[in-house]
Amino acid sequence: MPGTRDIRRRIRAVKNTAQITKAMQMVASAKMRKAQLAALAGRPYAQTMNRMLAELLAARSTDFTHPLMERRNGGRRCLVIVSTDKGLCGPLNTTLFREALKYGRENTVFIAAGRKAAQFISRMRLPLVAEFTYKDSPQFEEARAISRFLQDQFLAGEVDQVDVLFTNFISTLAQRPEWLAFLPIAELRSVSAEHEGEAMGEELRASGGEFLFEPSAEQVLGALLPHYLNFRMYQVLLESKASEHSARMVAMKNATDNANQLIKDLTLEYNKMRQASITKELLEIATAQMALG
Amino acid sequence: MAHTLKLEIVTPDSKVFSGDVEMVTLPGIEGEMGIYPQHVPLMTQLVPGEVVARQAGRDLFLAVGEGFVEITGDHVNIITDMAIEAENIDEAKAEEARRRAEARLAQQISDEEAAAVRAMLARATVQVQVKRRRAGK
Repeated sequence: MPGTRDIRRRIRAVKNTAQITKAMQMVASAKMRKAQLAALAGRPYAQTMNRMLAELLAARSTDFTHPLMERRNGGRRCLVIVSTDKGLCGPLNTTLFREALKYGRENTVFIAAGRKAAQFISRMRLPLVAEFTYKDSPQFEEARAISRFLQDQFLAGEVDQVDVLFTNFISTLAQRPEWLAFLPIAELRSVSAEHEGEAMGEELRASGGEFLFEPSAEQVLGALLPHYLNFRMYQVLLESKASEHSARMVAMKNATDNANQLIKDLTLEYNKMRQASITKELLEIATAQMALG
Repeated sequence: MAHTLKLEIVTPDSKVFSGDVEMVTLPGIEGEMGIYPQHVPLMTQLVPGEVVARQAGRDLFLAVGEGFVEITGDHVNIITDMAIEAENIDEAKAEEARRRAEARLAQQISDEEAAAVRAMLARATVQVQVKRRRAGK
């Protein structure tokens, strides 16, 4: 049976932990807000790009193909796993990796973005081709580096299909691992889930008449496609970061709550024990007095 | 009839410029282009260079990276990797970035890195050029 001193020590330890998790929760919530703002800041860009794509697609000749849209039957696949760098964010990475295992490992190479993904891939002894890092506030340059690498691999014929697995940010409480078929570009709809801008482009074409393209619609579209991919990758990184921070916030909030509950229980235990020892002492004194008297 | 163009310049991180201007000069892939209101609808690629926007008789200068331009009768939309107003360019920093990129290019590096560094070099060079030209005047 632990003495009062042991309990006191435990209370102190739990209090320290609660302080740390509380601080982490604050930091995560501040970062989460920033990540959400960053995702919003990309929207005008997405809108404009959607509109341009809509205009270009209407203008191009129907038999237009681009090497990035080429469908091949090679069957060599590449999976990009976008995870966090640090842990302490609840079940975020675990669910992500469980999903990754469903992909199957035959004929597949892996690419990691984020340190946890790299650790996972090497732990499972899967072939790792490249490892990328991205900062806490993802930069477009970082997304472009990943996207360029994937495009090069694809165009060089190293892989025939590229998929991306990342955590989609749904709300502060919900994040879901999601698949994105990155290459080849099967259908060109819009850069992100938002379809705004697209309709405007079609409308614009209908009313404004013919667009001129310099040098030609095909060439502009050909140049736009890599950008389209870069931007998609950028959005993936932003989503992952927003998910990470909100998952960490929730996990840390739970940890803080648990710690506080534990402190309460321990304090109760401590007081009971203290009272018991005082009562015992009083009894001893009383008994001693009676024996003397 | 409209006498102004609505110019919008957006990058993945933010909307850099949005406002009514009388004229825009921008670096297209087939050469410098000056755009007035009522321009024919046009779409083209943007190359790293300088965008000049005339707003209420005053010229505004921006250094831009690679991107795309969409022009309709009364709108000019530019999406690009980078857009910085001349006043906000830190010449020393840009020059430093340029020198670093050049030094990196001189070494043995992989193709993809070379491409990235070259893009960086182009962006830094444009910033320095825009800044110098404006400072000289």
